[in-house]
Amino acid sequence: MFWGSRKTINMNYFPDEVLEHVFDFITSHKDRNSVSLVCKSWYKIEKYSRQRVFLGNCYSISPERLIARFPGLKSLTLKGKPHFADFNLVPDDWGGFLYPWIKAMGKSRIGLEELKLKRMVVSDESLELLSKSFPNFKSLVLVSCEGFTTDGLAAIAANCRFLRELDLQENEVEDHRGHWLSCFPESCTSLVSLNFACLKGEINLASLERLVTRSPNLKSLRLNRAVPFDTLQRLLIRAPQLVDLGTGSYVNDPSSEAYKKFKAAIQSCNSIRSLSGFLEVAPRCMSAIYPICENLTFLNLSYAAGLQSNELTKLIQHCRKLQRLWILDCIGDKGLGVVASACKELQELRVFPSDPFDAGNAAVTEEGLVLVSAGCPKLNSLLYFCQRMTNAALITVAKNCTNFIRFRLCILDPIKPDPVTNQPLDEGFGAIVRSCKGLKRLSLSGLLTDQVFYYIGMYAKKLEMLSIAFAGDSDKGMLYVLNGCKKLRKLEIRDCPFGDAALLEDMGKYETMRSLWMSTCEVTLGACKMLAKKMPNLNIEIINENEQTESNLDDNQKVDKMYLYRTLVGHREDAPEFVWLL
Amino acid sequence: METEKDLNLEATELRLGLPGTSNESAKNTTHRSNKRALPEQPMSANIDTASKNCDQETAQHTKAQVVGWPPIRSYRKNCLQPKKSEAEMSGIYVKVSMDGAPYLRKIDLKVVKGYPELLKALEDMFKFKAGEYSEREGYNGSEFVPTYEDKDGDWMLVGDVPWEMFTSCCKKLRIMKGSEARGLGCVV
Repeated sequence: MFWGSRKTINMNYFPDEVLEHVFDFITSHKDRNSVSLVCKSWYKIEKYSRQRVFLGNCYSISPERLIARFPGLKSLTLKGKPHFADFNLVPDDWGGFLYPWIKAMGKSRIGLEELKLKRMVVSDESLELLSKSFPNFKSLVLVSCEGFTTDGLAAIAANCRFLRELDLQENEVEDHRGHWLSCFPESCTSLVSLNFACLKGEINLASLERLVTRSPNLKSLRLNRAVPFDTLQRLLIRAPQLVDLGTGSYVNDPSSEAYKKFKAAIQSCNSIRSLSGFLEVAPRCMSAIYPICENLTFLNLSYAAGLQSNELTKLIQHCRKLQRLWILDCIGDKGLGVVASACKELQELRVFPSDPFDAGNAAVTEEGLVLVSAGCPKLNSLLYFCQRMTNAALITVAKNCTNFIRFRLCILDPIKPDPVTNQPLDEGFGAIVRSCKGLKRLSLSGLLTDQVFYYIGMYAKKLEMLSIAFAGDSDKGMLYVLNGCKKLRKLEIRDCPFGDAALLEDMGKYETMRSLWMSTCEVTLGACKMLAKKMPNLNIEIINENEQTESNLDDNQKVDKMYLYRTLVGHREDAPEFVWLL
Repeated sequence: METEKDLNLEATELRLGLPGTSNESAKNTTHRSNKRALPEQPMSANIDTASKNCDQETAQHTKAQVVGWPPIRSYRKNCLQPKKSEAEMSGIYVKVSMDGAPYLRKIDLKVVKGYPELLKALEDMFKFKAGEYSEREGYNGSEFVPTYEDKDGDWMLVGDVPWEMFTSCCKKLRIMKGSEARGLGCVV
């Protein structure tokens, strides 16, 4: 009985408000999750004070349970379809519907203010319900979503009185040309961010100008192709405070009045740090941009198919402070050399293919990557589509840049070996994982054997997401990864010889991960059924597009596509016919 | 025992598309349609992983047919190649009948780029020869005459109007034969 010698202070002496205030400083989702596990009272305080929730898989929990868990929810991020849906590997009606979430939150009087969605199916109906259910709604960000038209956008514009942000990134939107932009009422003056670059249709230009004029807080504006050059010039005069600009059509005659006015207008936009667009571009007009280049930290020219390598390099040479660069491969290896010498602050580089289906045309090779790695020591994030890659180059890159967090390499010819030695690229990728101890995301390509997975399992201790295609020789490959990568959250595999033995060896592993995708591998229906039986906290989905019924398929047959994910709520109710929930 | 080849079932097979095209487009109809998909070549081809270790040539040959490769968002793919998807999405299919033939065919006027190709395609489809076309005399030297029904419901001789005008007003094609054809062909 030594009560008197207790040294610990009971935090519960503090009133709840104090704890709440302390928790306010804890913003990362992971940390807040940990806080809620400490004790009942902390759980309760954290629960009611939690405002921001991130759901990496919308089927891991139901809307009702989420609302019960965090009644103070104000900001929600939802991701729907698996990543490979971006590449047409998942049929359209697979799932990821927004509507049930809006319905449930609306009914429960959740004070939703921010919604960010990725790969979800968003109907006009759900947008309309959203716009009418949450009076304080401020921010809508849609990335790679589909299912809505400009009518849905019109509802958002018309009804969300305090809208600050409408950000549409790479969505497939059916354009009804219904003057959605004109639906923003005259009283709406709160816009901070407006991005409609992915819309294909016409825009009411007069409405756009009026909207920009009455939005003094506008910091980010990304236009679509339908906005012509002279409108752009007028918008810049109205919004010199812009920090992020996406041009629409950037085509004009350098000798014209409009062009001269534009040059004058852009000179006063000395806050612009981020530039994108150029979906249509006249190369001779690019020099008007030079004055703002020296302050740019993000430049996205990945849709500017009209710019050749020399025009790109002339521009980039002015961008000494650039931290992120997205570009097409027509920049070429030499052009990347210019990037290497000019952009010493570069952290992120993405090189996209301008001609995705003809690998022979890809203008960048391992040389460009080596040059950038040598010139840009701060490089930590890479997405690189190229024609070829060598082990020697990867080893050099690994030596030059040890800070990679994201390393995604796509050799356009999927099983191409090192063209110099004709060897697989195991050693090259091995060097990357050995050298970059903080690597969180990795995408592989080229000819690869089980050996590369041995290296990954051995060295990639912080790896969270791995994408594999056309690689490996046997189950051993997959097992190296599952056993070695303790932090693995997402694993997506296509066209690899991994089968039942690998899938079933450590079933508990999948409860520590968000999801596993395997398509065109060696996994059989029987194995999937067994996994489903043993692991009730996992949903195992088989996507079968061949119009066979479940009874026709016997357990020995290989499944074409399997997607499994951990969940608290069992089978989902909205799966279409071609998705079998085991 | 007669094999399928002897019976030449292919010749009497009812199919869509021009003669010479393969069966793979028929296979595709049972797959889920994918709204966001760039209409790519046959979806069923996958690289045979067993042979991948040394067969680089095979890889190069089949690479254009791999679904979902390279891994680029459809939105981006469609932006870089908009012309391709537009063209492929709007084919102009018209029915083609021939006097005396038991069933009709269909032809895509977008695929044949002009009159000479159209005539060749029709000739291949129904195994006939059309004769020489002249503006004055129509088709000379054959009892077969290609005609079409226009928007007004009139039967016209193929070849008189510019190609673009023809594709926009042609509703049906009919290969007339015999005396009826001669009457039409001889109209001045």
